[in-house]
Amino acid sequence: METLRFAIDNWSVIAVRTGEHLSLVSVAVVLAIITGVPIGILITQNRAWADRVLYAAAIVMTIPSVALFGMLIPLFSPIGYGIGYLPAVIALILYSQLPIIRNTYTAIMNIDPSLREAARGMGMTPLQRLREVELPIALPVIVNGVRNAVVLNIAIATIATYIGAGGLGTFISRGISQTDFRQLVTGAVAVSVLAIVADLSLVYLQRRLTSPGLR
Amino acid sequence: MTASVAEAGAGHRTWRGIVLLAVFGLGIWAQASGIVPAILRYREDIVYLARQHMTLVAMSGGIAIVIGIPLGILIARSRIPFLGPAIGQVINLGTTIPTLAILALAMTVLGLGTPSAVFGLAVLTLLPIMLNTVAGLKSVPAPLIEAARGMGMTRAQILVKVELPNAMFVILAGIRTALAINVGTVPLAFLIGGGGLGELIFTGIDLMEPGLLLAGAIPTALLAVLVDIAVGQLQYWLVPRGVNPLR
Amino acid sequence: MIRLEHVTKIFAGITAVDAVDLEVGAGEVCVLLGPSGCGKTTTMKMINRLIEPTSGKIFVDGRDTAAVDEVTLRRSIGYVIQQIGLFPNKTVEDNICVVPDLLGHDRRQSRKRAAELLDMVNLDPGIFLKRYPKELSGGQQQRVGVVRALAADPPVLLMDEPFGAIDPINREVIQDEFMKLQAALKKTVVFVSHDIDEAVKMASRVAIFRAGRLIQYDTPDNILAHPIDSFVADFVGSDRTLKRLRLLRVADAMVGDPPMVRAEDALDTAARLMAERGHVSIVMVGPRGRARGFVRLDAAQGRPGMVGENHEKLPCIINIRDDLRTAVSQMFMHDLTWLACVDDDGFYRGYVTQRGITHLLGATYRDR
Repeated sequence: METLRFAIDNWSVIAVRTGEHLSLVSVAVVLAIITGVPIGILITQNRAWADRVLYAAAIVMTIPSVALFGMLIPLFSPIGYGIGYLPAVIALILYSQLPIIRNTYTAIMNIDPSLREAARGMGMTPLQRLREVELPIALPVIVNGVRNAVVLNIAIATIATYIGAGGLGTFISRGISQTDFRQLVTGAVAVSVLAIVADLSLVYLQRRLTSPGLR
Repeated sequence: MTASVAEAGAGHRTWRGIVLLAVFGLGIWAQASGIVPAILRYREDIVYLARQHMTLVAMSGGIAIVIGIPLGILIARSRIPFLGPAIGQVINLGTTIPTLAILALAMTVLGLGTPSAVFGLAVLTLLPIMLNTVAGLKSVPAPLIEAARGMGMTRAQILVKVELPNAMFVILAGIRTALAINVGTVPLAFLIGGGGLGELIFTGIDLMEPGLLLAGAIPTALLAVLVDIAVGQLQYWLVPRGVNPLR
Repeated sequence: MIRLEHVTKIFAGITAVDAVDLEVGAGEVCVLLGPSGCGKTTTMKMINRLIEPTSGKIFVDGRDTAAVDEVTLRRSIGYVIQQIGLFPNKTVEDNICVVPDLLGHDRRQSRKRAAELLDMVNLDPGIFLKRYPKELSGGQQQRVGVVRALAADPPVLLMDEPFGAIDPINREVIQDEFMKLQAALKKTVVFVSHDIDEAVKMASRVAIFRAGRLIQYDTPDNILAHPIDSFVADFVGSDRTLKRLRLLRVADAMVGDPPMVRAEDALDTAARLMAERGHVSIVMVGPRGRARGFVRLDAAQGRPGMVGENHEKLPCIINIRDDLRTAVSQMFMHDLTWLACVDDDGFYRGYVTQRGITHLLGATYRDR
């Protein structure tokens, strides 16, 4: 129908917007992993800090995404990056922290303590134990957390268009304001497809990265 | 032993001290930058929009609960073997679709305004509630159900007297999460004409007015926390002590 | 090889291990035995410094363990735990080679050794090297656990109730296999157990612990025969004399150079031989000396005919390498007071009697 025609005619714009969207999400997720996984590992050492960190991350989740975007704008305007890419990415990183940190923490805490004892008794340093035993076993759950974060981020990034960060949400917002059915549906379907594809790809990745001994 | 308990106590006191200091500092900064009076200027709007906001939450949440729990029960108890996993897959797929997309698609069907907002929000809230209902019912230990059957309870009685009470904690946890997310998502309803505190937030962004923005954002966050606490209390008091991990 | 000097461990006011002095010679299996909470596991864990002693010194192969970096120390000591602890994310092969890889050994060498060790515990390397722990039974997993501890060829092996999580039938099998392994490899082993039967079976010497103190340290037979106090006597069980039967072989109690008759001998000859020795039975052997049957005195005395037509079947025979417990069981089962003993080829070598066995056991009592 005409929506399909519209989509085909504007495929290059769709591609650009998809690229913007993906760039937002992937940069945010990668940075979130770099901060989140080590934090998740660190808090397994200390129960009190674990509670605090997880609580703080959970609080971030209750802040509506638009609101967080909005609050970051005045923060970054002084340095000239108020609108657009930067506050959006920062917000996405913050939202990704809970799933990633919580999953890393839970996965490592759930590891059978006798494995730690065996590793220690054999003469592994804590770092070696992490690398050879704990992380490989925790990996599936961690990737699950990343998957949650990615899907969440794709959804939130849709809203980032309202602070000028572009992305596929632009079709939706324009579709609403211009009462343009075609743009709206294109945007909605495109971003849904993106989310589903990302989700399934990460499920596949999770399977590939899981040791056969753990399946 | 006693040494570490004292340490933990000291740690807690330090933490509380830091938080108090931070809030105090925030308060001073707020006062200094004139944020607080700026926000208070919109007092009437906040109250009005908050009421609208909560109405949306109540309506969509109510629909979600009324549809979600029975559906969840049906799926959990269904004898058709593939139904559970199949619906599970569909639900999972549903949860990956971005929020705005769902709202936008609702709008294409129901037009601008409250109906589509309520519809979209209800769909969003429905999924976690359904998932948790299924999970909660499935987690009821089989021996309990077997004992009930052995005693001569009908299926309906088993549901009401055994399964639901045991699953209640998990179901309420699902409602709690779903409603908190709902409150946080309502701001988007503004975009499709649904009203709510989103009006202050988006206008605040458009006009680059932090005061306006915070006037919308802070109440929304507070409402989300309040809803979370309220349902948490419900969870604490409604679920009998025997099955309540918190009591 | 391992020497504990006045080793003590105090946890928050509780003395878990109290001034223990212990020495384990190279190639010996020392079993630390005692009830729960007696300090045996804590003592063993101080050897590889999983727990640090409050005071006292521990020497392994002449070197003070406190002077070596603990991680290096642990890589030179094999460690096997009750819960097995195979890493589920690694194949059996990678599990076994963990320590050699950490030490940087040549990969091909260590893989080859892994295969050899698996073979020694009756697990076909072709099948098992590439398997994952979850595909193995409990008994198979623990065998791999033991092999893993031996992979880097450490001189010392520490085992914390290693067979406790395995069902009783497989436990016997795996204990036997371990003893065969130990006979081949001659490691110095410290083994924690709470099972007296296991200790008696596996140990060169047994160290009995109680409330953190070392009560008695001696060979299994001596502990069974001469428990030092009533606690030890109760712990080893009131049937301790029967337990000693496991430690003795038929050959120890057998009377060798026995009288025997052939099928073609006359009953008279049989009766005469019995009278000479004061026996009431005599064994009939075949042309080459294999036990074939027996004749009773009352059946032979004063009767005409040949042994070959008038003998009875032997209700049971016992191998000279069997232990006395098996022998006594057979005696009870068949209501016999004596058994014919044969070697692996079936040749009649001698006989054991109930009297002879009780006499042998009593010998150590009379010594004192």
